[in-house]
Amino acid sequence: MSTITITPIATFRTDDPYPFCPGCGHGPILDRLNEAMVKLDFDPARVVIVSDIGCSGLSDQYFTTSAFHGLHGRSITYATGIKLANPDLEVIVIMGDGGTGIGGAHLLSAARRNVGITVIVMNNLNFGMTGGQHSTTTPEGGVTSTTPHGNLEHPLDICATVGVNGAAYVYRGSSFDKDLADRFVAAMTTPGFAMLDIWDLCTAYYVRSNKFTRAGMEESMRSWGMEPGLLYERTVTEYATGYRAAHATIAGTPVAGPRPVTVGYEHALDRPMSLVVAGSAGGKVRSAARLVAMGGLRSGLWAAQRDDYPVTVKAGHSVTELWLAPDEMPLTAVARPDVFAVISDDGYAKAGPYLAAMTDRDLVLTIPEFAGLSTAARVVVVDPKAAPKRIPKTSLGLVFLSAALTLTRPYPLDALRDAAGSGSFAEVNLEAVATGSSILA
Amino acid sequence: MMTTTGAPRREYVDGATAIVRAAIDAGCTFFAGYPITPASGILMAMMRELPKVGGVAMQGEDEIASMGMCLGAAMAGAKAMTATSGPGISLYSENIGLAIMGEVPLVIVDVQRLGPATGGATTVAQGDVQFVRWGTAGGYPVIVLAPSSVPESYGLTAKAFELAERFRCPVFLLTDKEIAMTLSAVDVDEYPSVGAVDRVEKDSGLPYAWEPPDGVEPMRRYGDGDAFRLTGSTHDEGAYITKNAAKVGALNEHLIAKIEAHRDEIEMVDADLESAANTLVLSYGVTAGAARAAVAGLRADGAPVSSLVVQSLWPIPETALDAALSGIERVVVPELNMGLYRREIERVAGDRTVVGVNRIDGTMITADEIALAVR
Repeated sequence: MSTITITPIATFRTDDPYPFCPGCGHGPILDRLNEAMVKLDFDPARVVIVSDIGCSGLSDQYFTTSAFHGLHGRSITYATGIKLANPDLEVIVIMGDGGTGIGGAHLLSAARRNVGITVIVMNNLNFGMTGGQHSTTTPEGGVTSTTPHGNLEHPLDICATVGVNGAAYVYRGSSFDKDLADRFVAAMTTPGFAMLDIWDLCTAYYVRSNKFTRAGMEESMRSWGMEPGLLYERTVTEYATGYRAAHATIAGTPVAGPRPVTVGYEHALDRPMSLVVAGSAGGKVRSAARLVAMGGLRSGLWAAQRDDYPVTVKAGHSVTELWLAPDEMPLTAVARPDVFAVISDDGYAKAGPYLAAMTDRDLVLTIPEFAGLSTAARVVVVDPKAAPKRIPKTSLGLVFLSAALTLTRPYPLDALRDAAGSGSFAEVNLEAVATGSSILA
Repeated sequence: MMTTTGAPRREYVDGATAIVRAAIDAGCTFFAGYPITPASGILMAMMRELPKVGGVAMQGEDEIASMGMCLGAAMAGAKAMTATSGPGISLYSENIGLAIMGEVPLVIVDVQRLGPATGGATTVAQGDVQFVRWGTAGGYPVIVLAPSSVPESYGLTAKAFELAERFRCPVFLLTDKEIAMTLSAVDVDEYPSVGAVDRVEKDSGLPYAWEPPDGVEPMRRYGDGDAFRLTGSTHDEGAYITKNAAKVGALNEHLIAKIEAHRDEIEMVDADLESAANTLVLSYGVTAGAARAAVAGLRADGAPVSSLVVQSLWPIPETALDAALSGIERVVVPELNMGLYRREIERVAGDRTVVGVNRIDGTMITADEIALAVR
């Protein structure tokens, strides 16, 4: 019998030396991360280090884990996608203070969302790779290549920002912290979003320009109101796990697919017919046209409706161009409607080109206010006030379309009644059809 | 194709719904997007439907995050899609480049609206036809498909997933407000049959290969097999950053060759040609409706005219174009822009006259306007 000896992985580092400047804190921070992964006995193939741009973005190449080296400030977004697609992976983001500026929205959203990723910010208070420019964390008064006379901006408190917005684990420290590996272990084993703001020295730029040293680092943090230590620790539901739990009851239910309409009537069209309704947004113009189209489908017709409306939802015009056709037809705009219903001021404002194009073979239905509108078409005035019951504004479109179908009979009104009676608001819609089909009698 | 026996089997549906159904039928398991008219319908439907098949749909904090999530999810094994409009494509730009460089399969739906800037949110246009092709730094090729109807929205979405996997690259579905949001009757038997798209994967070894230059290496997946890397920087086959000129050249030539050398697998057109025609109406997307109607009308009047509706806009379907241009003296290109695709046609049309029918006022081009340009 042979014995299998399982040896924990001794290191997640490659053999290559780091590329960082002498005295830079990035190397020691990465060494502590390595120690933490060794302590946790991670499988390197199940770890993804996600990095982005700047000196911190060089980090991933020095580990034997999987890696995703992306674009500046976006590492949290890639990490979020990876974790959401496979919650079993250990996803670690290594970014710089530069990324907390350009990717600030991602940092904030990740905290609120609590996706189970660990973000290590190697915060050296400036852009090291590109020439020592100021970043979101450069202290006030700090001298950098782009603040040669002193920084006028207030530095971002990364920890406070993610802390007050829900992050599960928030720690501020420095590359010199003796227990940093244990902090990384705690962060990586905390469900939810963990962020460690780890200050370090940029010996190439910030240290040289500001006489900023290890000795002064912690004192400086406090003087700027940024306390070091474990700042937030809370129990949260990790998002990727929570997402699956929240959707467990609908998992496996059928996805909505095509549902053909049952044909029970015969239509009377031998060529395409166009109906245009010009009304107001919020007036259910589109819904009314849809019911008329469904009546057409129930009669074996083809149909299409092109809706036009402003970006506002319940204000302004709503114009629907509806085609009913005996044969399949390509989608085109209606240049000259066979039937045109103008039912509100908003609609009238958009009516000009249609009215101008219409001929004496065509039909306009409108309200008494527009009885004198200018067109070659036959104009039929429908007075909603003459109806036996008050017509709600949201039924006016369907009332006018029902009146138009009563006059033109492209298909039996019973088909429209079936459509109106089978969906939402059946009672109201059936009443609108009844009113529209009798109002001209 | 549709059956002619028995009662019609039609539904009343919009293009956005067809896109969502096709994505799920093709095996999409991850979606992320940000609300924007006229693409929000796709976002909302994916949020509703994708969890039913065990997938994840996210509303990102912005378009950049939405694209980033899709890239991460794709590398963790998901088939991913996002949807936006022109202003969102502006924000997608940098990650389109990363998808090209990292060879990440991804379907990007652009529901075009009128630009520039915020433009007309609820207004139809075709102004992104060059933008999606050249929408990121470097000039490397992408694939762009453009549906002109609801059934095509379904079929080409599924095709986009297939091509994204085949070539490990971002594939655009270039649609617009009208094709995505117009409700129309569709014969349910007219939808092509779509099955889950396969991803060719391996669980060990280098994630990339440049030999042969047009080859496409099987994908790796985070958590499957041994560790591997991805980088947006110029890299070797192991995704380690390099400035070695031989490696850099091989990588970049590969990114071009894998698509350009396989144009025949991508070309898709709806060719309706008449041998006696000396005029060709060439259209794509929403304008194809009026083009088809114009051609039908002209033929009814006894005028021979050909129609070519381009479904694969990029790469330019040059073989199909050559065939369609045979015997043609005049090409009419209707577009809801001032001739953005026409310039590509002029490039391959030789001495032929190429005329545009163009609108940028938010209204549709009519069949009559096209017919007038043909006569």
